[in-house]
Amino acid sequence: MSTGFTQEQLGWKPWLPPLAPEELTEAHHEALVDRARASSPYFLLLARDPEILHARTKTDNDIFYNADGGLPRAERELAATATSRRNGCVFCASVHARFAAHHSKRPQDVQRLLDEGVDAPQDDTWRAVVDASVALAATPVEFGPEHLAALRAAGLDDLAISDTIHAAAFFNWANRLMLSLGEPEDHR
Amino acid sequence: MINDVIDHLAEIRPGSRLDKLRDLRPAAREHAQRGFDALFVPDEEGEVTLVERDAVAAFVAGLHRDAVVAGFYADRLAELAPGLLKTVEAEVEAGVTTGPYGVYPAPLAAESDEGLRYRVRNPDELGVRLAAAFEHAHLLVFRPREASRQALDALAAAGWSPTGVVTLSQLVAFLAFQVRVVGGLRLLGQEVAA
Repeated sequence: MSTGFTQEQLGWKPWLPPLAPEELTEAHHEALVDRARASSPYFLLLARDPEILHARTKTDNDIFYNADGGLPRAERELAATATSRRNGCVFCASVHARFAAHHSKRPQDVQRLLDEGVDAPQDDTWRAVVDASVALAATPVEFGPEHLAALRAAGLDDLAISDTIHAAAFFNWANRLMLSLGEPEDHR
Repeated sequence: MINDVIDHLAEIRPGSRLDKLRDLRPAAREHAQRGFDALFVPDEEGEVTLVERDAVAAFVAGLHRDAVVAGFYADRLAELAPGLLKTVEAEVEAGVTTGPYGVYPAPLAAESDEGLRYRVRNPDELGVRLAAAFEHAHLLVFRPREASRQALDALAAAGWSPTGVVTLSQLVAFLAFQVRVVGGLRLLGQEVAA
């Protein structure tokens, strides 16, 4: 099924069989980190290799939820959304666009990013974060001194820049899993 | 002995500004390394052999054209399976391009962007499993938007089990993350030094 970029809630259907809930051992639960994930087909599929799933999730949580300074949550989610928009992960973009819109209270700016793409007009700070994310999504990586300078000019300190790099880099991990192991389902 | 691969590849020295910066996200730092360990120094090989892991990593790192990262994974492969290195280097040469690109189905078809559709150059030298893994890895690196059920069927036909596919996908995706963190932090470190 194909759908365009949206902030609406989408489902996700795996192309490979996830583990059945009754197959989960304590090690699997530990790998899932959050027990609620044991009902997600995505995480139950990734649980086939619990150690890398555990590392993935712990890395994810610290990059996005560590509230000790650095980049505001809204802009971390913006980096995730821009990366997903550029890589073409409709499902990832839908989830993180909702988070970005919620934390920034700027749903229209987020929607413009989804509708028109990564080049859509944004204010200076969002421009810098989106451009950095797009440059980091490129292979080979195109992130250069000009991106750092724009992030600095937008007022980001070292930790906020490091958070931007990590948030964008992480979605190059997440997008590739979500895109290649299943597909979005539109229940609207 | 390398304790932290990202520090090693981004040339982050103990006590440096970047070292202290990474300590402010301690779980991300720790688990990025644990991710490396889980993929490349696993307690058990599971359904992907160590040679397969290092061969795919050398290919994927080579495609990203970061000389330090590519050299690191090429050295690992050279140590474990020296006979494969030249073969993998030839595949990198055949596969290098710039991404992301790929064809979208409707309703995003207007954004479609055609590019290289890599096919393995020397399938006999790689063997059936690695040949399929390389083609899948190239798809994930450059045109992840084109990933499909059919691509997973091709892996299955080459002998990849569902769990093996999960490990392979994690390996390619993890490297996409690691090479970007390394590139970004290295640049940030150089800026501070300048």
